[in-house]
Amino acid sequence: MVNLRLLKDRLSQKIFLGLSLFSILTVVLIAVGLYYKSTPLLHSSSLSNLLFSEDWKPFKEQFGFWSYIVGSIVVTVIAIVIALPLALLAAIYISEFAPHRLKQILIPFIDLLSGIPPVIYGVWGTLTIVPFIQDKLAPHFVEFSSGYSALAGGIVLAVMIFPLIISILLEVFNTIPQELRDASLSLGANDWETIKKVVLKKAVPGIIAATVLAISRALGETIAVLMVCGNMPMIPHSLFDSVYPLPALIANNYGDMMSIPMYDAALMFAALILFVIILVFNATSRFILYRLEKKNS
Amino acid sequence: MTFDSPHIRVKDLNVHIGGNHILKNINIDIPDKKLTSFIGPSGCGKTTLLKTFNRLLDRNKDVKIDGQVLVDGQDIYGKDIEVTDMREKMGLLSQRPFPLPMSIYDNIAYGPRIHGTRKKKELDVLVEKYLRATGLWDEVKDRLNGSAARLSIGQQQRLCLARGLAVEPEIILGDEPTSALDPVSTQRIEELFLQLKDKYTLVLVTHILRQARRLSDYIVFLYMGEIIEFGPTEEVLLRPKEKLTQEYVKGFIS
Amino acid sequence: MRKRRRKIESLIFKSLMILSALIIAGSLLMILWTITSKGFHSLTWDLVSKIPEGGFYIGKGGGILNAIIGSLYITIGSTALGLLISIPVVLYINVYAKRNAWLSNITRLSADVLFGIPSIVYGAFGFAIMVYFGLKASLFAGIITVTLLIIPILVRAMDEVISLVPNELSDATYSLGATRWETSKILLKQSVPGILTAILLSFGRAIGDAATVLFTAGYTDSIPTSLNQPTATLPLSIFFQLSSPIEEVQNRAYGAALILTIIVLILSLSAKYFSKRFSKHKI
Repeated sequence: MVNLRLLKDRLSQKIFLGLSLFSILTVVLIAVGLYYKSTPLLHSSSLSNLLFSEDWKPFKEQFGFWSYIVGSIVVTVIAIVIALPLALLAAIYISEFAPHRLKQILIPFIDLLSGIPPVIYGVWGTLTIVPFIQDKLAPHFVEFSSGYSALAGGIVLAVMIFPLIISILLEVFNTIPQELRDASLSLGANDWETIKKVVLKKAVPGIIAATVLAISRALGETIAVLMVCGNMPMIPHSLFDSVYPLPALIANNYGDMMSIPMYDAALMFAALILFVIILVFNATSRFILYRLEKKNS
Repeated sequence: MTFDSPHIRVKDLNVHIGGNHILKNINIDIPDKKLTSFIGPSGCGKTTLLKTFNRLLDRNKDVKIDGQVLVDGQDIYGKDIEVTDMREKMGLLSQRPFPLPMSIYDNIAYGPRIHGTRKKKELDVLVEKYLRATGLWDEVKDRLNGSAARLSIGQQQRLCLARGLAVEPEIILGDEPTSALDPVSTQRIEELFLQLKDKYTLVLVTHILRQARRLSDYIVFLYMGEIIEFGPTEEVLLRPKEKLTQEYVKGFIS
Repeated sequence: MRKRRRKIESLIFKSLMILSALIIAGSLLMILWTITSKGFHSLTWDLVSKIPEGGFYIGKGGGILNAIIGSLYITIGSTALGLLISIPVVLYINVYAKRNAWLSNITRLSADVLFGIPSIVYGAFGFAIMVYFGLKASLFAGIITVTLLIIPILVRAMDEVISLVPNELSDATYSLGATRWETSKILLKQSVPGILTAILLSFGRAIGDAATVLFTAGYTDSIPTSLNQPTATLPLSIFFQLSSPIEEVQNRAYGAALILTIIVLILSLSAKYFSKRFSKHKI
């Protein structure tokens, strides 16, 4: 009987090890797979040409990704600029000032809403934000805007990442010991000064982590942005111009992938660009956090 | 026991936390420029009482405070009191040192900066003065801009003391300030307390009876939220009047 | 003078904070309100019980049953497959490998990396696999792709829960002579609420994601009867119907959106409920 138990143990170990290796392998596979599918493109044109040229003429086998890259960046920047300050202030409020009963309502509410699928945000964006921009906001600034714009994409993204940033920040604030706040208060600082000079300082690594996570999420979001951003490959001159972020490029054109030569390589390359950007981002933030931790202890 | 012009006078103080009656009918005077210790078994309310003095207690939820705490004759729970001003008068030293997340220099300068001192020269003078006062100056003068977190725990506690002194309080509150320290650091803190007695009123919560004997002029014995006995150190520790006090200090005397 | 300035600064920021909280809570509420008010009228029995009939996309009759069933198939399939892979991985990291072994750290790192990859990249990768193996857009391809998406979610969530189990518990089983496999079973039992929460979480993610199934699951008006057939999914159903110029079709999109939202909210609430309920009995 002992042999059977040992056998189960050994067998399970081998299988589980195999599956763990598979997980590690998956990362490599994705990177390699995307690269492999992009090679026709990479052989036809130089990397800098692909990345920085704006000419997108699939039929002439010219693929310049610059407008799409810029589109992604612009929408992400707008989203972070809106979401980060608001989420930070709200998180401070909830963590440090809100009465207990309010906390008990707000926190679960925000948690619940973090699970709402992106397509729903897209629907809301189309219904509410796009008309608002077209009718009420844009006329003050530009001659015409269809409402399907970088701004719309940024706003929808911002609302999507609110819950993400807030929940991370709340966790971070929670780990700061109450005695630290007490120490500042007993020196005569008021609530806000204590937060400004002590709590936020301690929270810096967490805030960085939250920001990077939010940026990754925003860069990679496909359908919500696709529904409101206009999907026109151009370098926007104003917030109210349409843009075409990378994920939207991939999503909108997969149907044509097989019919135009090299188109599939182009879209795979777009996915590869996204993969690499997000990977670099995450690695950089880990590095920054690591250095910050070393400095502080 | 009452004093003519006590630094702190507590009148009919009752504190409820989460429905539990933690402090019951506390009436006590804390004398000026002396060291008074609160002693008593765990959970007797001594730390709670200490925290009512600088109003850190009302930050917790479910706290109900009735009664008066008069500092220099003014009720600190009165409606018109500016809390931050009042806290300036009291320095707090906690059980475990909590240096602020900044350099050694900035830790000391934190309080003065908030209260208006901005010029570097003035701050430099203050930082040196209080680091010297706590015996840290020679140890840290070359790394004032280093992170306070790098100091040893004994040094951190002295730093917190220096930091508290830098806002020039009148009263220093200590919540078991040496319980996390090794014997050598403990001794240094105790020496500092003895020196500070001349200029400040000190209130110390401690569960180390020998420490209470070494440092205090007066001792307050609390049990289950009530003041059982209060008097000069020698009397309470060696000739206690109440039976409960006798039970508690028995370990010390024998 | 300075005192007043400090106070004013404090008041300004406090008001900004409350304003921010209001804006955030308000916008989230607005989303719920918009979806509910627009979709409510389209919630008919037909919508959830029928598949699209002829002319559905120009306003004639039918419902989105194809999408509902399709999404359920994909979600259940990928969650089951995902658990089959992620539970062993989590057990390996926590029980079979030594503490801080090189391999478990790399596995955790990989899971973190995979967690951050956007769903569109999984979709593109899934498509590449499909092409490589000569598969068509199908239920099978969709399940595989969504499984890849949720494995890191499951691994992360369950890893957190299992590493919370105190070492003393496994010490106890080992000193009774248990094997690692037997110990794993105990650890899993101890972590059931956390595992349930992880499942519900990934369920919610899987059912709501459009980018993974866009290329890989295809779209169809019927309910798939085999793994090789394409299938409709809720997010895509919403998206396609919304793009129609016909109001009747758009309204059905809102109805579908409301249904999806309700499903996800129920999943989230259940996750919260289960984690609270079972925590009462934990050691």
